This record gives sequence, C-alpha cells and structure tokens, in this order.
Amino acid sequence: MKIGLFIPCYIDQFYPQVGIATLELLEKLGCSVTFPLEQTCCGQPMANSGFSGLNKGCDANFVTNFSGFDYIVAPSGSCVLHLKEHLKDESRREESQKIRDTVYELTEFLTDVLKVENLKADFSYKVGIHSSCHGQRGLNLSGMTERMLPFFSKPEQLLKMVGGIELSYPKRKDECCGFGGTFCVFEEAVSVKMGKDRIDEHEANGVDYITAWDSSCLMHLEGILKRQKSRIKIIHIAEILNSRNSASYKKI
Amino acid sequence: MNPKHADLAEQFIADGSRTNWHDDTLWFVREKRDKAAHGLPEWEQLREWASQIKNHTLSNLSNYLEQFEEHAKANGIIVHWAADGDEHNQIVHGIIKRHNIRKIVKSKSMLTEECHLNEYLSHQGIEVVDTDLGERIVQFRKEPPSHIVLPAIHLTKKQVSETFHEHLNTEKGNNDPQYLTEAARQHLRDKFIESDLAITGVNFAIAETGGFVVCTNEGNADMGAHTANVHIASMGFEKIIPKAEHLSVFLRLLARSATGQPITTYSSHFHKPRPNQEMHIVIVDNGRSRQLGRADFRNSLKCIRCAACFNTCPVYRRSGGHSYHTAVAGPIGSILNPNLDMKANADLPFASTLCGSCTNVCPVKIDIHEQLWKWRQVIVSEGLVSTGKKAGMKGMAFVFSNPKLYRLAGRMARWTMKIFPFIVSNKLNVWYNQREMPEVPKQSFREWYLENKKK
Amino acid sequence: MTASRNKILNSIKEHQPDLTELPVIDIGKVIGYADTFEQFRNVLESIGGKVVSLPDWDALQQLVNEEKQQENFIINAVPELGEITPEVHNLTAVQLEKLEKIYVKGTLGVAENGAVWVYESHLLNRLTAFICQHLVLIINKKDIVGTLHQAYEKIEVNKEGFGLFIADPSKTADIEQSLVIGAHGSRSTTVYVIE
Repeated sequence: MKIGLFIPCYIDQFYPQVGIATLELLEKLGCSVTFPLEQTCCGQPMANSGFSGLNKGCDANFVTNFSGFDYIVAPSGSCVLHLKEHLKDESRREESQKIRDTVYELTEFLTDVLKVENLKADFSYKVGIHSSCHGQRGLNLSGMTERMLPFFSKPEQLLKMVGGIELSYPKRKDECCGFGGTFCVFEEAVSVKMGKDRIDEHEANGVDYITAWDSSCLMHLEGILKRQKSRIKIIHIAEILNSRNSASYKKI
Repeated sequence: MNPKHADLAEQFIADGSRTNWHDDTLWFVREKRDKAAHGLPEWEQLREWASQIKNHTLSNLSNYLEQFEEHAKANGIIVHWAADGDEHNQIVHGIIKRHNIRKIVKSKSMLTEECHLNEYLSHQGIEVVDTDLGERIVQFRKEPPSHIVLPAIHLTKKQVSETFHEHLNTEKGNNDPQYLTEAARQHLRDKFIESDLAITGVNFAIAETGGFVVCTNEGNADMGAHTANVHIASMGFEKIIPKAEHLSVFLRLLARSATGQPITTYSSHFHKPRPNQEMHIVIVDNGRSRQLGRADFRNSLKCIRCAACFNTCPVYRRSGGHSYHTAVAGPIGSILNPNLDMKANADLPFASTLCGSCTNVCPVKIDIHEQLWKWRQVIVSEGLVSTGKKAGMKGMAFVFSNPKLYRLAGRMARWTMKIFPFIVSNKLNVWYNQREMPEVPKQSFREWYLENKKK
Repeated sequence: MTASRNKILNSIKEHQPDLTELPVIDIGKVIGYADTFEQFRNVLESIGGKVVSLPDWDALQQLVNEEKQQENFIINAVPELGEITPEVHNLTAVQLEKLEKIYVKGTLGVAENGAVWVYESHLLNRLTAFICQHLVLIINKKDIVGTLHQAYEKIEVNKEGFGLFIADPSKTADIEQSLVIGAHGSRSTTVYVIE
C-alpha cells in the first residue's frame, strides 16, 4: 500500500509538527509513506473565494505530485473535501478521478482503511473536541446535531484509544468556529465572535487543550486564545494520536 | 453605494450583549426544532419525500400552474399573473382602486416584501396595516423585518414597549409581553373589523384542487380574509404542490422546522370566496423562471420559507437580518437574492463559512451551502469582486502553481514575521485586530522532511 | 395580463428541468401512537388547549343550556347540542365582534399535533372560529387519527369553500420570544372528546 502524504500549505509553513505527527503515526501503523516534494496547495483558498477558475496550475501540480499512489492522506478535513469535490485536470481525467476517489483525511483513513483498533498513545489532559465543519459535514467524519441519525464519530473513536485522555464537547456540539477561509478577514467581526463563543464553551468545560482535525480552525482559535492570554492550548488530533507520553510531547 | 454584509454585521456585533441575546434566542429556536424532529423517527424520510415532491413539481411546473389556474377559476377565484414585482404591485393597486378602498390589512407575505408592496401603495396614498404582531411592530418603527418567521426578533421588549407607547399609547415603561400583545390585539381587532380588503400570502397552492393554504399562529390572516369583502392572495409560483395529500408532508415539516411546534395554530384551506366576496390570487414570477433555468441554483425554489436555515446559521445569529439588506435574509436569502440583483447582493454568498449546517436543517433538502460556493464562482466570473481581491487571488494561484516560488514565498513570509513581526502584527493586518499571528516554526515541514527523512 | 401569463408560462416551460418522478408516500413508515387520544390530549394541553373526555353528548348538552342562559353572546353550531343559532352566516364582523364563545363540531382530531379539522359549514360563518374569545370544539374519540397523513385521507379539502386545521388557542412569541396565548384569534380552546 503506497501512501502519498499531502501536507496542506499552512501546515507546511506554520504547523509542521502536525505534518510530522501525521507521518510518524502512519509509519508506526505500518504504512509506507512518500512525501512528494513538489506539492504546494490543494487550491481551496482560491476556490472558496470564487476563483476556482484560476486553479488550473495548482490542480495540475497536485495531479503531477500525487498520481500513482494507492491512497493520499492529509491531516485536514477541509483540504480533502475540496479535493474530492473540485480537483480537476481535463488533460488527466483518469488520474484526477483516482485521486479524488482515494484521498482521505487522516482520521477516516485510520478508521476506514487501516481499521485501527488500538493506539499506543498517551495524553493525560482534558481535551475539548472541536468538530471542524468541512470534515464533519462534508466528509461525514461524525454524526451531526442537525440530522436525526444515530451518532458516531471517527475522530472520537480514535481519541478514546489514547491513554489518560479526558474528552469533552462544547455545549453547542458542532457549531462552526468562524474561520471559513478568507471569511476570517473579510468578515472579521463575525469570525472572531464565533471563535470567542467556541472558546467560552470549552473554557466552561475546564479543558487544557482544544483539538480538531483542521489546523485552520485551530490557528484561528489559537489566535484568540493567545490574545486573551488563556492557558488553553490548541493541538491537532494527529499530534494527540501520535503522542507517546505527555512528558515527551514537545513542539519544534 | 450598496451596503455590505460585513460592514453591517460589524455594526450589529458592536453591541455585544444584544448580539449574545440574539444569538442565544435563535439558537433556542434551533433547539426546539431539534426536539420536534427527534420526536418523529421518520424525520429524515419526510425530508426526502418533501425534497422529491418539490423536485418533481419544478420539473412539471407549467402543467401544475395551468391546472391550478383552471381549478381556481372554476371555484370563482380571479387569477392574475405578474411578470415582476412592479406588475404585482400594479395589479394589487388596480383592484384597490376599482373598489375605491382605503382600509387594507395584510398578513405576513415575504413575496409582498420582495415586491416592496407597502412602499408602492404608500406612494399612491394607500396605507396598509401589517397585522402580524412582529410585522406591525417593525411597521411602526419604519424598519424592514429581520427574520421571515420572527420579524421583530432583533428587538427587545423594552424597544417594543417604547414603540407601542408612541403609537398605541400603552403605559410608558410597561415591558410585559402579555400586556403589549393585548394592546396590539385590541388595536388590530378594530382594523380587522373595519377592513375592506385583506392581502395574505400563500404557504402552499394545490394544483389538484385550485385551493391554497395559509398558516399562522396568530389568526391574523383569517381575521382579515373573513371580514374583508376583497381578499388578495399573493404567491411566488414556486408555492405550487401537486396534490392535497402532499400537504401532510409539508405541514408536518413546516412548523417543526420553523419554531419546533408540531403545527401552526391555523392551517386555513381556501377554495372559494365567501358569498359576495371577491377572491383574487396573484401568481408572481419576479426572476423565479430565470432561477429555474439555472441548473446549479434551481433547487433554491423548493424553499417553503421556514427559516430553519436562519436559526442554525452561526453567521446570521451574530449579524442579524438587517445585515443582509434584503427582504429574505439568512442562508436561503443569500442564494435567492443574487438572482434578483447580482450586483447589489454580490456580498451575500460570502457572508458564510460554508459550514453546511443550513443544508442539514432544510426540510426540503436544498443544498444551500453548495449553492453559496457556486454563486461565489458566478459572482467572480461576472467581475463583481474588488480589483484588490482579484489581484491577490491571481497572485496566490500563480504562487501555488510554482513549487519553487511557493517555497520561496513561504520562507520569506516566515522570515519577515520572525525578524520584523510589526510588519504583519499591526492595525493594517485585519487578522491582527483580535487575534495573535501564529508562531513561526524553525522549519517548514518540507525542510524538516529533507533533513530527517529523505534518504 | 394574458401577455404576462403567456410570458411566464413560456419562460417556465423553457427553463424547467427534465421530468422526475413523484415519490410514493408510504404511510407504513410514519409514526403510530398506541393511544391516539392520550397523544392528542398531551399535545393540545402542552400548547395551551384544554381537553375534556365525555361519555356522551348529554353532559355537554347541559353545559350549553346553562351557558345560553347567561348574558354573553354564545353561538351553538352543533345540531347534537340543540338548536343551532340562526342566521349566523349572515352576521357581519361588527355583529360578531362581541362573540364570547362558539360550539363547533370538528370532523376529526390529529394526535401528532392536537389539531382538529373543521369544515366551513360547521363554523356557520368563517369568521366565528377566529373572532370568538373562546372556542369549543367537539369530536368523537374514534375520529382521532395518528398523523396528518391519515387525516388527509379522511377529509376532502375542496368539499367546501373553506376548511382548516385548528390547533388552538391563538398565540405569538413575537415579543422577545415570550409565548403569549391569545393573539388575534381565540384566547382559549376546549376540545370535548365524546367516547
């Protein structure tokens, strides 16, 4: 099973530890992982702003880098959703279709493909789960409060395998954090208000960390937490699932 | 200058406690909807039926409208067709003039808001009394409604009290909703009894029988329709459903989605005028047939105006209906309004994080958040975004197409942020208003990978 | 105006998508209640109505007779309860404004939502159900169905010029979401369910 590792642009630049945790975790679970060196971005920032028409070059580069793998895995629900729905290369239709069919967000890859049942991980902290929207509703990573269907959660299922962890959900279990791509600056007032409200609910639960499967949500929440000088820290789910023990957990 | 959602929202949010109250109150309505939906094991099946009935109806619309007209006319209803809002207003005005009528009551009709009927009639010297309590309140205050089901949700009882004190002479400072509602009941009761003409909306029009259904909790639509000698019902043509039995599906979904009630107090089925009454129905296009032709957006015509999408939308709850500067706000408004006036409403599809909650609560399964994304592409290709944004996006797309350039740009950004943080961490950087910038790591992932992994 | 009609219909014909099928509504998939009367009562009482179970019409007959002795303007529209108040269909809104209470026969009740279907002929005058201060509805227990699906099978919506589902009393929450009973329609409702 050949796996291509896609590390979203902002993780590559600002949260490399998330990429490292993803790579280490996949290798620990017996995967043979390649990181195509010329990858850049999935194209979501342009497309969500209405400029999907400009993505030919970006999409072509993605197809070039990620053809020929059995699976492509990324620690980002929104990037994976975008690729599944919008990746397009008219000159390489078969390859781009294959990529769309085989690209996975990390947690769903672990539960659906690797069918992980236990993890040697330890993270003895109180962790609040933020249900990053695009992964949750778009990729069906977990049940949604709006739908009258039995609840399930792939990320929670994995987190429960982590030793010492104490999980909680905010009062509004799956309300959006307010990042929304360029929304975070073009509708700054609403964006920050939404983020603050999320944080208030996690604070009410007395969490040490807030986790999510999208670093974009976490970057936005972290910005507010730091401005508030809060003691709450953010951490990507990949880092928790990859943690050996709490003491040895460190950032670069 | 077209008002923009972002600016209006910023003004709304400036009042923090009012924003929290607005957000909490509408979230509470969403929770009531959830409770009602949980009470029906067949909820998701109902949504699927409703969606399919509406899909089928849109695919056979011309036949159903003709069928409806034939039956309605046979029952003694006078049927009019209006190509746009202006024509609708002229038709209504024509009926009023013919009967020489001065006293008119109107129950809730988003269509008449869309056509700006009150304003039009006011210019002709004709006053219309809005009889839905929320709409009467905003009418007194000369404001548009901010929510299609709860028109005055943006107001506190103190504000309502002040308004009623000014217009109805209620006790100054008495904010009790019971007291205020009683005052409105007495005031509007007189208006009903005197009224010569009643205008109502239409929740559903039945092709099979030529009748239509009007749903209210207050009874105001009926109080007007059954006293006045002339009843005009205004409807967008997409309100048609094929058969009376389909009402079971829609009525079971409508109130539960809107307010969490199993049904509205009154679901009035009109088929014939009273003896000596004239009953009119005005069927309106106003851009709907154009929307019908847009394959990506025609599903928006399935809407039954329940506002469940408003109540669940984290952006709407924190920005208020007036930030959408149109008759129908919220997520559904953001996919309907660009069809009416793309330039004026180009900002609306961007007033969203695309979280997808709206699509999940929609009783007729409109893919609202996907249409929001699609409208963004249309708006950009029509050139309705700022040159700055266009240039920025072109730059981004170029960088992301070039791996070497991307890596260089990334390195430069990180270096700048590290050495000269004030270049980004200042007032010109919108992100920095209320958030810290992310920390700059020592290496990018790729750099780490080359150093540690690549053999 | 015919021009607009043709313009609109032609535009619709041009733009409407390919025909899709109507779904089959399978009533078997819909919720059923073990005790429809209990459900009906619970729902109606939770929305502010009152439900009274009676063994037969006699007890109600007595109540109506007593009330008719009082000063208030009461209308009886139910043949089983004695003489129908005459000329109601001719009454104007001004005359009906003082209507204190009306007794109306309902056709059926709906357990899932506490609603009662009422035909125009049972109201005598369309306005009565709304303009009265207090509404009294009477239905037979055996005529309480589970959901609107069963209800629409039993009623004929276009049998008369007007009919409605009524889940009274009237209400509004337009002022700060505070529920107030008695908006423009009736202030209270009692449904008598006859065994």
